[in-house]
Amino acid sequence: MKLKVMQPGMLTTVQDEGRWGFQGKGMPVAGAMDLFALRSGNIMVGNDEGAAGLEVTVLGPTLSVVDGCGTAVVTGADLDFSVNGECFPCNVVVEVKEGDHLSFSGVKGNGCRAYLIFSGGIDVPVIMGSRSTYLRAHLGGLEGRALKKGDTFSTGEPHVLWERFIGFSCPASFLPGRQLDQPLRVVMGPQDDAFTDRGIETFLSQTYTISDSADRMGYRLEGPVIEHSGAADIISDAIPLGTIQIPGHGQPIAMLADRQTTGGYTKIAVLCTPDIGALAQRLPGQKVRFQKISFEDAVAATRKERSLLDGIHQLVATWITPIASSTQTTSTILEDTPRSGMWRLSIDGTGHTVHWERLD
Amino acid sequence: MTEQEWPKLLCAGDSCIVVEFGNSISLDVNARVQALRHVLEAKNISGIQELVPTYRSLAVYFDPVKAEPSRFRSLLERLASTTDVGLSSEKGKVIVIPVCYGGEFGPDLQNVVKHTGLAEEEVIKRHSAPDYYCYMLGFTPGFSYLGGMDETIATPRLSEPRERIPAGSVGIAGKQTGIYPIDSPGGWQLIGRTPLPMFDANRESPTLVDAGFWIRFHPISPEEYRSIEEKIFHGNYTLEFHEKGEMPA
Repeated sequence: MKLKVMQPGMLTTVQDEGRWGFQGKGMPVAGAMDLFALRSGNIMVGNDEGAAGLEVTVLGPTLSVVDGCGTAVVTGADLDFSVNGECFPCNVVVEVKEGDHLSFSGVKGNGCRAYLIFSGGIDVPVIMGSRSTYLRAHLGGLEGRALKKGDTFSTGEPHVLWERFIGFSCPASFLPGRQLDQPLRVVMGPQDDAFTDRGIETFLSQTYTISDSADRMGYRLEGPVIEHSGAADIISDAIPLGTIQIPGHGQPIAMLADRQTTGGYTKIAVLCTPDIGALAQRLPGQKVRFQKISFEDAVAATRKERSLLDGIHQLVATWITPIASSTQTTSTILEDTPRSGMWRLSIDGTGHTVHWERLD
Repeated sequence: MTEQEWPKLLCAGDSCIVVEFGNSISLDVNARVQALRHVLEAKNISGIQELVPTYRSLAVYFDPVKAEPSRFRSLLERLASTTDVGLSSEKGKVIVIPVCYGGEFGPDLQNVVKHTGLAEEEVIKRHSAPDYYCYMLGFTPGFSYLGGMDETIATPRLSEPRERIPAGSVGIAGKQTGIYPIDSPGGWQLIGRTPLPMFDANRESPTLVDAGFWIRFHPISPEEYRSIEEKIFHGNYTLEFHEKGEMPA
């Protein structure tokens, strides 16, 4: 499938899971800001979890399918996606074909980053093991930059049964169900000993506001000053994804996908993995509170999020299996099975479409 | 702090453990970082996502779904305290970086001359005399943090940073020296430039220099600069390496 960019949107970039393995060479990871959304979307259309999709920020692009056909799904934030003017909710796989117009009308619910995932993923060159766009070094993605009007790009080889994914709808119980007012969970350290007790107390009890200086590299937060016990600078060391660093001014900065690999500010805590995506979906002006959890609880939360993805894998597998075996499988997980859908049958070489609905 | 406190394992979220070997920038501490890094690389432990060596610590990124964190932590603890440092930082490779000093390639060489009161030839001589140790890479893709500059040529940064510094530029900022691997903005005093592509995303090994390597600057003329550039373009330039015998004093 080949697509053309009619309008680029505010900031639309090609992203996958990121350029891991080169941080020791000073190469930032980049990748999707909301990794759960990227991975879940890829599962829903039958791609590898780490395939490249479009990260759409606040104001989405308008794309036109200029050749071929395939499927698309939008995950992450609801930015009011429509195909030829007809609205489609997030997490529902739709068929798209030559002549179709894909567009977004704007932020509809919570969240600011949507992922538009196509069957086969986006086929741009792999640079240092990844297709992710890293804007600062003009590297990866589409010529190292955000999409612009007139760009064209192609999707890769889709799943052999790609058509069977059409109509798949992921139930809400398999999504993280993030709330805007939920505190973000952090594991303290590696330099929490660089703060006074009062500094730690401030960090964990006060509310911070996301400033206008919030991008793919990091979010600067504003609020009560977090007090250091001594110097705010350390000998430069590695900056993990989701680090909350506190420079001398005492205001936190959350380090996100495009963060530099190393830095010399004290790091009070690191967000637990599932809450990195939760923060990345918030906008300037919105509030942030932090909640301390143990390392073990953070690992458990990360595994829980992983189990949601495994669950989506199972649902999708059921969805695409031929009827005979699928009726058996679905009966065991009734609560999470979709209420309606579509089957494609081939009888003696003739294609048939069967729409179905649960009547219980 | 006493020596017994090191190494320390620091928790850096649910997917990273930082093994810290000291609180100073020194060859001894960095040698321990490199030693643990090489042991872990050789063991190829499943669940380890990547290793990031810095001045005095090694960040070990892992997948907490695949790796059992408690077992993983005790393994790191054991390896960190038992790994033999050997001679890793005293040996190692020395890469020769040809640099054309002054003129169009080093527009700020005269600033260094003025600041230090040394003759131009003397600045070049002192800059190209030592072997520099690459403690770590960071800041931008391929940027090496080098140690070992002669402090008599230390010069403060420009008061007004440049918007675009060409890749390969060699600069001085205070007591540090470094090479800009990609075109970027910056405020270092530019004293020369190397024709070598320090960073190339499409190369199998994107950076020429790795943490733990030594480098030596070799002064070249503008003609040699052009000739090396030509060779690189035609793919027949061979990097010059030496084996490091002894640690510099």
